[in-house]
Amino acid sequence: MSFTVRKDEMKDVVVIGVDGQLIVGNRHDLKKKVLDALDAGDRRFVVDFTATGYIDSSGLGVLVSLAKKIREMGGDLRLAGLNDDLRTLFELTKLDTLFTIMDSAEEAVAAF
Amino acid sequence: MTAPLRLVVRRRETAVLEGSGRTVEILLRVPTDLDAVEEAVDLVARHCLASGVPPRAARFVMRVVLCEALANAIQYGNRFDTSKRVDVRVEVAAEAVTLHVRDEGAGFDPTTIPDPTASNRIDADKGRGLFLIRKLADEVRFNDRGNAICMILNRA
Repeated sequence: MSFTVRKDEMKDVVVIGVDGQLIVGNRHDLKKKVLDALDAGDRRFVVDFTATGYIDSSGLGVLVSLAKKIREMGGDLRLAGLNDDLRTLFELTKLDTLFTIMDSAEEAVAAF
Repeated sequence: MTAPLRLVVRRRETAVLEGSGRTVEILLRVPTDLDAVEEAVDLVARHCLASGVPPRAARFVMRVVLCEALANAIQYGNRFDTSKRVDVRVEVAAEAVTLHVRDEGAGFDPTTIPDPTASNRIDADKGRGLFLIRKLADEVRFNDRGNAICMILNRA
């Protein structure tokens, strides 16, 4: 499992891909990557779940806390690439009401 | 560094009135270490797949509920006490997959866990684990002490 970080320079958006799982054992790695980018001045974020197997409640929790922090600083964190299973987790927990969820990372970047 | 996990797989023939079925039992002892959760879930999921559990169930629902139960056992049950362990027992039968997760903690009252979808909790950064287990599993039971959870996933 790992996280890939790339920057769309045109739209000034940081895109973080979750390759594998976003769970209790690695959520702090994602948090650190986003907080480092925030410190460096980035404000627009997309988390891309196209290559993600599963997410647990700790993973959902870290997305909620990061989104709050980013919004406090005038930015936004959007989600993309959720398959039906992953989308169900957001719907069950009603977190789909807290996030902008797009079909693909490209769409999410373009929508900023 | 985390010691390698020890997995014991037992195959048990179970005779029932209308014929005979095979139950596969998977036993795993997990250290009190959040870094061990992913490996434990992967090991169990792979053995479930090999035992005939449909790929989608083994890939997603089973992984999520087992991950949640292990994380709860380590954090809130054993309270990160590395002298304690978490025991996982999975029974793969024709009609259902039953996952038992037991920690060595004092136990808790599952009826006291608040609804994480309530408007005043929706943006909390924790408190969704048991809720997800209850939503995804077909049946959830606890022992009286509250330190063991049983999650049943029907195969029908």
